Order: sequence, then structure tokens, then C-alpha cells
Amino acid sequence: MNKHFHVRYDEQQLAWLYFDAADTTTNVLTEEALEEFDQQLLGIAQARPKGLVILSAKKSGFIAGADVKAFATIHSPEAAKKLILRAHDIFHRLEALPFPSVALIHGFCLGGGLELALACRYRVASTDPATRLGFPEVRLGIFPGFGGSVRSIQLLGHLPAMQMMLSAHSLSAKAAKRIHLVDYAVPQRQLKNTARKLIEEQPPRHRPGLLQRIPGNFVLRPAVARILAKQVAKRVRQSHYPAPYALITHWRQNAGNTAQMYASEAQQVSSLLTGETAQNLIRVFLLQDRLKGLAEKSSFQAKQVHVIGGGIMGGDIAAWCILRGLKVTLQDRAPEYLGHAIARAHSLFRKKLRDHYLVQDAMDRLLPDHLGEGVGKADLVIEAIFEDIDAKQTLYEKVEPQMKETALLATNTSSIPLEKLAEKLQHPPRLIGLHFFNPVAKMPLVEIVTQEDNPPQLIADATRFTKAIGKLPLPVKSRPGFLVNRVLMPYLLEAVTLLQEGISAADIDEAAIRFGMPMGPVELADTVGLDICLSVAEKLSETLHNEVPENLRNKVEAGHLGKKSGQGFFTWSKGKAQKEAASALEDKLNHYADRMILRLINESMACLREAIVEDADLLDAGIIFGTGFAPFRGGPMHYADKIGKTEILSKLGKLEYTYGSRFTPDPGWEDHFAK
Amino acid sequence: MNSKTSISGIPQDSPVFIIDGARTPQLKAGGPPGPFRASDLAVSAARSLLLRMPFDASALDEVIFGCVSSGPDEANIARVISLRLGCGDKVPAFSVQRNCASGMQALDSAAKDIASGRADLILAGGTEAMSHHPVILNNAMVAWLAAWNQARNLPTRIRTLGKLKASHFKPVIAILRGLTDPVVGLSMGQTAEQLAEDFNISRENMDQYAVRSHQRLAEAMENGYLDEVTPLYDKDGNVYTTDNGVRPDSSMEKLARLKPVFDRPVGKVTAGNSAQITDGAACLLLASASAVEKHQLPVLGRIADSQWAGLEPARMGLGPVYAMAPVLMRQQLDSSDIDYWEINEAFAAQVLACMHAWQDQDFCMQSLGLPQAFSSIPEDNLNIDGGGISLGHPVGASGARIVLHLLKVLERKQAKRGMASLCIGGGQGGAMLVERIES
Repeated sequence: MNKHFHVRYDEQQLAWLYFDAADTTTNVLTEEALEEFDQQLLGIAQARPKGLVILSAKKSGFIAGADVKAFATIHSPEAAKKLILRAHDIFHRLEALPFPSVALIHGFCLGGGLELALACRYRVASTDPATRLGFPEVRLGIFPGFGGSVRSIQLLGHLPAMQMMLSAHSLSAKAAKRIHLVDYAVPQRQLKNTARKLIEEQPPRHRPGLLQRIPGNFVLRPAVARILAKQVAKRVRQSHYPAPYALITHWRQNAGNTAQMYASEAQQVSSLLTGETAQNLIRVFLLQDRLKGLAEKSSFQAKQVHVIGGGIMGGDIAAWCILRGLKVTLQDRAPEYLGHAIARAHSLFRKKLRDHYLVQDAMDRLLPDHLGEGVGKADLVIEAIFEDIDAKQTLYEKVEPQMKETALLATNTSSIPLEKLAEKLQHPPRLIGLHFFNPVAKMPLVEIVTQEDNPPQLIADATRFTKAIGKLPLPVKSRPGFLVNRVLMPYLLEAVTLLQEGISAADIDEAAIRFGMPMGPVELADTVGLDICLSVAEKLSETLHNEVPENLRNKVEAGHLGKKSGQGFFTWSKGKAQKEAASALEDKLNHYADRMILRLINESMACLREAIVEDADLLDAGIIFGTGFAPFRGGPMHYADKIGKTEILSKLGKLEYTYGSRFTPDPGWEDHFAK
Repeated sequence: MNSKTSISGIPQDSPVFIIDGARTPQLKAGGPPGPFRASDLAVSAARSLLLRMPFDASALDEVIFGCVSSGPDEANIARVISLRLGCGDKVPAFSVQRNCASGMQALDSAAKDIASGRADLILAGGTEAMSHHPVILNNAMVAWLAAWNQARNLPTRIRTLGKLKASHFKPVIAILRGLTDPVVGLSMGQTAEQLAEDFNISRENMDQYAVRSHQRLAEAMENGYLDEVTPLYDKDGNVYTTDNGVRPDSSMEKLARLKPVFDRPVGKVTAGNSAQITDGAACLLLASASAVEKHQLPVLGRIADSQWAGLEPARMGLGPVYAMAPVLMRQQLDSSDIDYWEINEAFAAQVLACMHAWQDQDFCMQSLGLPQAFSSIPEDNLNIDGGGISLGHPVGASGARIVLHLLKVLERKQAKRGMASLCIGGGQGGAMLVERIES
């Protein structure tokens, strides 16, 4: 016992219960931890202190939530329900203690962690920017199941609690105080004093006002539920993400009765948890962990980064590294080419950091460096100039001798084989690819593009760096298009071919969105820029056995480049595509989706066969985080496995018969399904 | 013992080396506050200087900056600059103020610390955002506001409100007050008018001097002689690479059209033959012999001697003469031993007056107590790449700027010795003798 929790009694007869999960840096409510917590509560109750304070012994935060890893191993609703009811039981015991209890929150307090805090009589949060409170459950396809859907409503009132659970947005301490989620938001240094004061004074618990209680009235509830559902529908479809809709139904049916609420919560969450959507979303969550885990083989730590190329990519990579605490020198041919990047960085810092002092600090760490004086001081040099082999080779020749011996040299090329770029280096195996996606601040994935000769330590170091700046690293081989562009391009080209056949852009986009893509392919092509699409398509046409559709070429020749020129396949106005409503029938939409998605899946198989990535799971991770591919479907290979060999091959066969060789099933399928 | 005191130059056995330096472009201050505060300017220049250095910013022993008027969020601006540069918590920093020579004072303070062995590596310089000098509420208004805050109930509030007068709203423009002598009440321009009368300097002489300043700066820019300038980038993406006050097309005709500003209507000092008001910063890295050795630093030159002097505030423009004379006497040098000169151009009249006084037998004997006058300062060796009239005079920064540029000139001309000097509002002069080290 006492693996995860330690209790200390002080001279004022307060019990201080520290959560310090064994063998990890993050507090997670595993089943084992929960059981120990229960034991501890028993002991503390017998000791009859004046009050109980629950706090974390970890630097990282209070409690990150329940054990998502274990969720993936729960396959029957009965097992899920058993776990949930046990947690209900333990938190009820905490709630019923005869003396006051306080949760001291510094750092994250999410999901199950927040539910534990809600079972305490009082909550105090630190105003540190690291403190975040929230219910991320709907992102995993469930809703709060450790009593959170009941206690949050009791404390905050119906609408604030529902908003919190439906949006999955986390709150700062001050925002949490505003809605009475915490009793006090104080500087970290005053947390313990505030807990002592609360236990001393024992103020009455906060109760929501009349206005917050009204929407729960049984007469109004159905109407309120409809409004909530309408709001959710603006973001996600019920067929893709059932959890928020289930939460609304759970509330509408039971909000008047606490006992019913607890029972329904256990029922609903356990069936959601074992459903396909949640299991796929949990899979995606764990894939994210796997990508992060790839960084463990290195202890490389960059303090200063030199980025060459002040364009959108170079500038945004530099700004992102700054946000992650690094010092960056940013180089381009002349000062004039750097101003734009500095302005973009400033507006990103304002948006992300808000605080004037933090923005100033960020700006001070970003050094415009047109003379390239930072090269020799950098731990990592990232080249992000225009895609031209000669220009890049010449640049490396100049930069390499100035670099520290231990420094990494990386390119952000999206299309040129690294072996080619490395030709003129003194040590060609030194070059590695760090392929960021646009927009850098939003896209979580970075492809670590490797040459055959890269030393394993270099790959490990580049992976480590990527994780350190908060991105998901995915090692891929240096083949045309690497992984993400190679798989995405057939999907986009099929959309362009559909357009050429006279199908409306709105229908094509709707077909893809119905499948679960975050943005339609036509809008995506316009957003990326049709000139860029064309150039990538041309470079990949040999690999993909796909001729570049004429209409794409015509658009570019006419200067219709998409969002940036105001006209592409759509007309753009104020940054929005002018779309009419989709009008095709469901059958048609399904057919369009099949054509686009099956090309994507077939190309995924080709990449797997060519070992561009190590395995199918990593491929799925890459496509989900690199393209936004419907996360609730678990990734293209997972989806293919789900629908099965027969259907994949028969659908591809039919499409091949009608549309030709671009649909020829990849030779890898036989082997893949044989495994 | 025969050791020299602190005012008599820097002892030979503990030399003070200047390693390198950088400055911002100097940007005209007109109307609204410019895009950079004083600390922003200094950070921009200093971080690119430090980027060139082989050591980490935390290796500095001290950061010293001169600034006449820092912003309300820049108390002890040197410390603000040091922390923003990433020098770390442990590097101490202090700010100095000697009006127009604050930047030179920073160098002098640094030199003293290095010569005495208290420090080995110091970042020193000056910065001034003239466009950010505040507009202040007048005292009557401050008193009224205090009364208003005290007024607790409605009747007193109404009574207090009744006492508010239009004159309460007349602001104090700090920059104008700063450019007026606080003891004798003359504006700096009026002290220049005084010197023009004393030394019989004509409007034509002044305007000619001003035209030449612009021509020299324009030529230096064209030839790329200003490589100590590091660009400024504002948050809106604008890039500033050069001093924007320069007027290559300046001419006698154009200058003749300007009206006198200070002694209307008969004076001779105009906006055209006075220093421009600009924002800018300059900084240098000073090192002891052991720091040079330890970090393998290249050496630009060394500070050989310096001097501060006082004179009557109404003739403050002659400050350089009072400060330079003791240095030459002490070092047993004459004008011909000095290869290049930088005398800050506060006013054309004032620089010309210095040149007159320097070679004037009566003046040197009576006012400086010297046995005879110095030989003249050749025009061709004075301010050869322009000065305050063409690129402006950010008061806190100029002292550091002229020393840095002087060393750059010595390097370019492969010359040995240079003298930098400024006149100082309030009636002082400062001078610094530097020598290039052949590496």
C-alpha cells in the first residue's frame, strides 16, 4: 500500500493527502490508484482530522484524468459499468466525510481529476497559466462518468455545466472562479493558506442561483435540450460523434432526480465507452502517446535554433519554436524578407500568450538574422527556403562548415529526395528532414524524413526535438511525397477529376465531410493553393501513376490559385469559400466518397508495402494527424481492416473496371489481409 | 608612487579593450511615439552584437546603459535591457545619466570598472526614444486630481469640479523642458546662438556645415561604411535599415529658406543646421585583457583616456574644447597626433565654435589656462561620415555611437588615434581618446 498516496497530519489537525502516482510523472486515476485512494479515505475518516486537503506531489499538475490506456482494454459494457459504479462509490464516500475537504489545484485538473475535485466540499486553484480545469471526455467519445455529469450541474447550474462538458474546453483558474467551479483562484504561494482558511471558516457550499436552475425545470428541459443539440450539430454530426448527443439525452431524461442521474450516467458512459466511436478515439489518443514515445531514445535538447527562410513555413516554424521556449535566429537573403515573418510571429504570440510581458519575451527571443550569424550558435539548423535543389545544395555547402559539430541539419522540403539534397555536404548522412505542415501552429504532425544512411541517433534526436516543441514526430522514408502528401494527393486528384466530370464542388466536399473528413477536398485544395497542389501532383505523378487533371493545370495557368488569389475552384470572399448547398442524393454522395477515400486507402496500402512507415498503426497516426482523416474511424488502415478484404477488393475492382488503372488494388492487400 | 589617478587616463597595465559594437538606424521622431521604446532599441542592437560573440550572454559581468529619459516601464533601463537580452538573473546592471553624454558615461563607467579590475566583460551603451518622451500633466492639474480623489461626497465633488480651469489642461512637453537649461532657462538652441555671436559664425557657415553633414552621411551609406548598423523590425513587419533623417539633396538654397527657431526673427540657428531629433541606440562590448584571452576575442581598439569638464551653462556648446584639452595635455599630444575626430553635431554653430576656440590663442590661454592654442582640427578629419545634423542626436545614445563609429573609421582608414567628444546640456563636455589595436 501507499504506492500512490501519502498522508500527513499537521499540528492544526489537518490531513494533507498527496497524490504521487508511482513510476510516472503524471497523476492518473488508474484502478489501482482509485482503490488506494479509497483505503486512504478510510484511514483518514477514522483519524477524524479537522479537515482534509487533497493535493498533488507532481510538478506537472493535479490529476490528468482517468486511465485512458485501461479504457482500450475494456470490451464489455458490464466491465465498464463495474468500474464506474466503484468510482461512484469512492467519490460518494469522499463527499460524505463529516469534516470539510479541499482540492488544491495547480496545473491540469481534467476529466476524472476534476470529478474527484468536485466531490470535495471546496476547490482552490492557482492562477498559474499551467492550471487548466475541464472535461475533455467528449473528445474520447464519452462524457464524464465518475459522477461529473451530476456534481457539475449541482455546483454550476445546468447551462454552465452542460457547456463545459459539451465543449470539452478547459478553463483557467480565473474563468473557473467566475462560474464558481472553484471557490478561490489564488497565486500558487497562497494555495495552502487558502485551504486552511476554508477549513477554519467553513463557508456554505456554492449553490447555483435561480437563473441557473430554471433550464433544468422539467417543463423547459426538452426545449433547452433541442437548443443544446442544435449548437452541437454546428460542430459535429451525431452519426460521427454520438457522445455529446447522448449527454444531452441523459440530462433531458434525468436532470430532476439525482439518483437517476448517477444511474443513467453509469449506464450511458459504459455503453459509449465500449462503442466503436469511443474505442477508435481512444485508439487515436493512444497512437498519439506512441508517437510521443518514439522520442524516448534520445536526450537531445536544443536551446537555440537557426531557421533559414523567412517565408510562411520558415517564419511559422521559427515562431512555433519560440512559443515552445526556444531562442531562434531567422535568416533570409535581406532584412526586407524578414519583416513579414516578424509581424506574423507577433500576431501569433498575441493570440497564444496574451500577456504583454510574455509577448515581449517571445519577441526578444526571435532574432531576425539576415547575415546568418546564428548558424554557429544553433543546436539545430532548419532550412525552409523555396523548393530548388541547386539553391538548397549551395546553401548547405555554405552553412555546414559554420555549424557546431554537434548541431543537427534539417530540411523542411516537402518533395525533394534527401539523398539528392545531401550530395554536396561533407557528411551527407548528416541531413535529415523535418517536414512541418501548413499552418504550423495548427498541424500537430511533423514527418521525420530519413535517408537510408542517417545514423539512428540522428533520427532519435530529430524525433526528440519534434516532441520537445509539442509536435507529434513520425519517422518516414525519403520517398516522393513522403507519407502524408503521397496519400493525400490521390484523394485530392480524385476530387479534381470529379470536378472535371461536372460534379459540383459543393457535392464533392459534402461527400467527404459526410465520411468524416474535417474539410472538403476542393476547399482544401483551394486553401493549400492550386499552384502548390499542381507542383506536388506533377512531382508525384510518376509514383502515383496518375496524370495531372487538365482542369487543375488550367486553373493555375489562369492565375486562379485558390484562397490566396480569391478565386480557385471556389470563389473566395473574406477568407470564406462561397459554397452553395449540396444537392446530390445520398447514393451519389456515397459513390463520390468511395472514389476519393478508396484511393487514399489504396495509396496507404502502397506506402505500407513500401515500408515508408514502420507499421499500420504509425501509418494511421500519420494520416489522422497529418490530414485530419476522420479520427472516429481510427485511421485508413484500421478502417480498411474494419470493412474487410472482400469489400475493399470488390469496390476497388469495380472502380478499376469503370475508371481505369488508378484504382487497381495495390499488390500489398493480399499479404496484409493474410496476416 | 607614480601611479596615475582615475582622471589621468587608463593605466597601461590594465587596458580596456573595445571588442565590437552595434547600433540601430536612427529614426526621425515626429508627431506620435515611434514604434520602439528605448529598451526595444537597445535590445535590438545588443542582441545582434551578442550573437556575434563566442560567449553566452550570462558571461557578462555588468550591463551599463545611458538614457536621459526612459519610459515609465523602464526604471533602471539597463537592468530591463539586460534581462530582455537573456543575460540571466545574475548579471547586474545600472543606468547612467549625464544628459547628452549618457552613452559616453556608460562607456566611461565600464572602462573604470575594467581598469580597476572589478569586471572583465561589460556591455555598455546608450539608448533614447526621443519620440516617447512623455507629455505630462502640469502640477496644478495633479493637485486638482488629488483633491478630486479626496472629495468623498457630492457637495465637495461639485465644489472641486468648479475649481477646474482651462489652464489645468495645458500639458508639459517633457522633451521641450529637457532641451531647456534648468538653471539659466536658455534653450539649447539659444546657447548655440550665443556661440555664433561670440565667434562671429555666419548663417552661411552653419548652413554649409549642415549640407556637408548630409552629403557625408549619404556618401558613407552608399559606400557601405555604416556596417555597425543593425536593422530594426517593428511588430507590423516594417523594416528599418538606414538612418532616415539623411537628405542627400540638401542644399544651401533649401536651407536658406528655413526661419530661425530660437532667437526670432534675427537668429541664425534653424532646424536645418541643428541636430535632428531621432530615436536610436548604440552599444559596445568592453573587455579586459584576461577576457580577451579567455574568449579569444578580436579587438577593435582600446580606450586610452577620458575626461569630463564643466563650463558656464549658457555656453555649453564649447564643452568639447574644455574636455579634449586636458586629454591632449596629459597625453602630450597635439591635434596632428589625432587621426580622426568625432565631435557630436548638436548644432552647426556649436561645432564651428569649438573649432574656432581650439585654435584661438586668447581663448586657450584665458579660458583653458593653456600656454598656447592647439593647431587646428582639419575639417577633412572631423565627422567624416556625417553626424547629429544628418542622422540625429538621440541624446542618451550619441555618446556611444560616436565612439563606436570613430573606431570603425580608424579601422577603415588603418589609422591609430581618434578623439570623440560631446557638448552636454547644463554646461559640460566629455571626451574619450581611443586607439586602434593592430591585430
